[in-house]
Amino acid sequence: MTRVKAGMVLALAAGLMATSAGFAQQPEGKSRRRRVEEKPLELTPAQVTELTKVANERKLKVEDLFAAAKTYTPSGVMDEYVLFSSGGQSGQVFAIGVPSMRLLRSIAVFTPESWQGYGFAGDNDPVRAQMRINGRDVTWGDTHHPALSETGGDYDGQFLFIGDKANARMGVVDLRDWETKQIVKNPLTVSDHGAAFVTPNTEYVVESGQYATVLGYGYATPDKYKESYRGMVTFWKFDRAKGRVDTSASFAMELPPYWQDLADAGKGPSDGLVFINSFNVEMATGGVEKGKPPFEAGASQRDTDYLHIIDWKKAEAAFKAGKAEKINGFPVLSLATSVAEGLLFFTPEPKSPHGVDVTPNGQYAIVAGKLDPHVTVFSTAKIRDAIANQKFSGKDEFGVNVLAFDAVKEAQVELGLGPLHTQFDDKGYAYTSLFLDSAVARWSLGGEYASKHPEKPWTLVTKTPVHYNIGHLCAAEGDTVSPDGKYLIAMNKWSVDRFLTTGPLLPQNFQLVDISSGGTTMPVLYDMPVGVGEPHYCQMIKADKLKSWAVYPEVGWNPHTQSLDPNSPKQGKEGVIRDGSQVIVNMTAIRSHFTPEHVEVNEGDHVTWRIVAVERTQDATHGFCIGGYNINLSLEPGEYQEFSFVADRPGTYPIYCTEFCSALHLEMMGYLHVKPANAVGSK
Amino acid sequence: MASVLDRIVGPRVPVEEWRGRPGRYALPTLALSAARVLLIVSLFLPYWHMTLEAPQYPDGLSVTAFVNHLTGDVKEIDGLNHYIGMRPLHEAAQFERTASVWVIIAMVLLVEGAAAVHSKWAVVLVLPAVLFPVGFVADLYYWLSNFGQNLDPKAPLSSSVKPFTPTIFGPGGIGQFKTYSWAGLGLWFACGSSVLAVVSLVFHRRAYKALFDRAMAQEASCAS
Repeated sequence: MTRVKAGMVLALAAGLMATSAGFAQQPEGKSRRRRVEEKPLELTPAQVTELTKVANERKLKVEDLFAAAKTYTPSGVMDEYVLFSSGGQSGQVFAIGVPSMRLLRSIAVFTPESWQGYGFAGDNDPVRAQMRINGRDVTWGDTHHPALSETGGDYDGQFLFIGDKANARMGVVDLRDWETKQIVKNPLTVSDHGAAFVTPNTEYVVESGQYATVLGYGYATPDKYKESYRGMVTFWKFDRAKGRVDTSASFAMELPPYWQDLADAGKGPSDGLVFINSFNVEMATGGVEKGKPPFEAGASQRDTDYLHIIDWKKAEAAFKAGKAEKINGFPVLSLATSVAEGLLFFTPEPKSPHGVDVTPNGQYAIVAGKLDPHVTVFSTAKIRDAIANQKFSGKDEFGVNVLAFDAVKEAQVELGLGPLHTQFDDKGYAYTSLFLDSAVARWSLGGEYASKHPEKPWTLVTKTPVHYNIGHLCAAEGDTVSPDGKYLIAMNKWSVDRFLTTGPLLPQNFQLVDISSGGTTMPVLYDMPVGVGEPHYCQMIKADKLKSWAVYPEVGWNPHTQSLDPNSPKQGKEGVIRDGSQVIVNMTAIRSHFTPEHVEVNEGDHVTWRIVAVERTQDATHGFCIGGYNINLSLEPGEYQEFSFVADRPGTYPIYCTEFCSALHLEMMGYLHVKPANAVGSK
Repeated sequence: MASVLDRIVGPRVPVEEWRGRPGRYALPTLALSAARVLLIVSLFLPYWHMTLEAPQYPDGLSVTAFVNHLTGDVKEIDGLNHYIGMRPLHEAAQFERTASVWVIIAMVLLVEGAAAVHSKWAVVLVLPAVLFPVGFVADLYYWLSNFGQNLDPKAPLSSSVKPFTPTIFGPGGIGQFKTYSWAGLGLWFACGSSVLAVVSLVFHRRAYKALFDRAMAQEASCAS
C-alpha cells in the first residue's frame, strides 16, 4: 500500500518537472557577431546566369569577379590583417583592414585631431605640450615609417612607432587603446628619414637622419659642409613595461654628412647589426641659384654610395662605458670613437639607393638601387667575416673603414627601373617596388631559400604593373622572421586615372596584390584611394595578434598614464568646487546626460575640468565640447580626462556631447555660465 | 504521562525495531538530508536568468538573479531602463534579498528537525521548504510586474513604451529588445529539494505512523 503511494508521489514529481521544463530552457545560441559556418557555396545555373548578367552590366571581367570574391568582406566578417600605414603629411597613422581595404580608423600622432579629442584639451594639454619644439608649437608631422614592436623578430602587436621626417620626432602608440602615448624629439637634428625601425626584441627603436645639419641645432654656412655638417643615427631605448621610450638610456652616433636614408635591423645571425643606406656621399651642397648643380644632380654623380653597417650592441657597450659626448644635452658617440671602437663600417652600394631590407633568415641585406636597375644582395655572414678579417678596400674621408664590395656581395639581380624597397613572403621570394617601371617585381632568393621555389636563385620571376609610381610596398608580416605571403600592398604615389578626379589634388592609390601563388601569377585585386595624406611605408600584422581593449579597463582610466586616475570624479560626488578664482569641476557623462549640467564660473576664473565617462558598454563613446574655447574631448567608455582653461570670455556657453551616443544624444548638453566680471558680486 | 511535547516529537524507535527494518527508518532521514543539501547548495547558484538582445548589442545583455544578489549587465540595463522610466533594479526585492539567506538556513534547520520528529508535525516543519520555490517564483513575478507596471509617465520613451510585465519564463520583448528568461540551476535545486521533501514525508509516514498510533493506543490503554 505505502509502496504504491510512494510510487505515485515520485510519478507526480516527475510530472511536475516535465511540465515546468518550459522555464528551464536556455535560449538558442545567439552569435550574430560571427557568421555561422554554412555549407560550401554552390551556384545554381540560374544564379550563374544572373551573376553573369550583373557582371556584364557593370562591364566586369572574369578576373574582376575573382578579385571581388577574394576581397569582398561581408558585414560582420572581420579582416584577416590590419595594415598600419603612415599618414604622410596628415601626421597620423591609418589602420586599414586587409583584404577588404577598408579604413578602420586613424590614429592621431603629430597633428591635433578633433574626433579623437587629440590636442583639444585646453591650456595645459599634455598632447600639445609634446608637440612643442624649442618653444614653438609644431602641430603637424610628415609621418614616414611605422614600426610594430617585435619579440624575437616577429610582430608582437603591442606597440607602434612612427617617425616624423619633417621634425625628427618619433611617436609611440600603445596598441591596447590605439592612442599615442609619447612623442620624442631628437635633440640633434631638425629632420630625419630612417625612423622608425626596431631591433628584433624592440630593445631600441632606430632613427637615422637624412639632411645633414650642424648637430644640436647649430649653424654653419654651406662652404663648411664637410667640416661642420653631420649625419646621425639615434638608438631610442624602449621600456616595454612603461610603454615609453627611455630618453635617459638612449644615445646617438655621429655619422658623416652623407644623407642617411632607410634602416633595418639584422635578425638571427645578423642580430646586433643595423644597416642604413645613404646617398649624397658626394657631399653636394647645391646652390642652383648660384649656377652650381642642383642637389638632385650633385648628389647623384658617383656610381656608389655607402651602406652603413653598425654594430649596435658594441655601440651600446661603448655608450654604457661612458664613451659618448654630449651634444645639446644628448649623448653622441663621435665618428672617431666609432672608428676606433669598430662600431661603424661602410661598403659601397649602387648609387642613391632607397631601401635596405634584411631577409627573414637574417642572412642577407638587400639594397634597392633606385637609380640603378639592380637590387644588390649583401651576405651578412660575409660582412661579419670582412669585419673580422679586415677585408677593407680603403677608408672614406672621415676615416671609416670601407669593406671591399666583392668581399661582402652575394648577388645582384636586375629587376628594372627604379627599385626602391623590398619585402618577403613565405615561399622564398622577394618583392621589390619599381618606381619608374610602376611595377612590383617578384624575384627568387638564393641560399637556403633556393629549395623553396622552382626558379633559379637570384632571378627575376615576374612583374605586375601597378598604378602608378610605387614607393614602398608591404607584404603580410613581410619584414619579420616569418612572413605570411598571401597579400601585398603597393603604395602608389600617383593614381592619375584610377579614380574620379577630385580636383587637382589626387588621392594616393593603395593596391592590394595577391601573392598567394608563386611563379608568374600575381594579380592586382583592389584599389583603395587614400585621400588624407601621402603614406610612405606600412606594416601588415595578423589581426589576431592585436589585443585591443574593447573599453578602458576601469571607469576613471587616464589614457595618458594608462592607469586609474585618483582625480577621476565618482558618480554621486559630482559638483563644482571653488577656491578663490580656482575652480574645479567634477563631471560625469553617461547616456544621456552630464552631471552637473550647469556650471557657473566667474570671468577670469582658472577652471580645471575633470570629466569621466562612466560607461562600460563597447562603443558607448561620448564627446564633450565647449564652443568658442577650442575644447573637444573623446570620452570612450571608462575614460577620464582633465583639462583647464581661463574663463576669459563671459557669456552663456552650451556644452554638449559631440559623439552621437544615444536616442537622447541631442539632449545630452548643459551650460557653462561665465559671469561677466562687472556682474560678479551682484546676486 | 505523555506531554504535548511527546505528542509532537512522537515515539522513539525501539532498538530491535531499528535492527529489524533499518531501511524503513533510515530512508526518511536520508531523503530529508538530501533535500537540505540541495537547498543549501542552491544558495550559491543562480535562480533566474534573463537575456536581452538588440541590434546594437550583438552579444546581448544579461542579468542573473541569485537569492541575495543580482549579477550581469545590471548597470547597462539600469542605464537603458531610465529611458522608459523603470526604477533601478537594485530597488527591487530589497527585503527578500536581505532575508533570503537566513530564511533558507531556517528552512534547512526546520527540515533537519523534521527528521527527529516522528509525528504528523513533521509535515509542518517541512512545509516551508516544500513551498519555497513557488514562493520565489511568485515573488519574482510580483517584482517584475511591480517594476514593469509602474513606469515613470514622464520618462523620455513613455509614449512608445507603455507599462508591461516582463516575461518570467520564456520569450518576451520590450522596445527594440528581444528577451528570454529561464530558471537557473538554483531554482531547480530548490524544486528538487521541495520534491524530495514531499517524497521523504511519504517515507516518514510509512516508518512512523504505525509506531505513533501504537504509542497513542498504549497511552490510551494506560490512561483507562
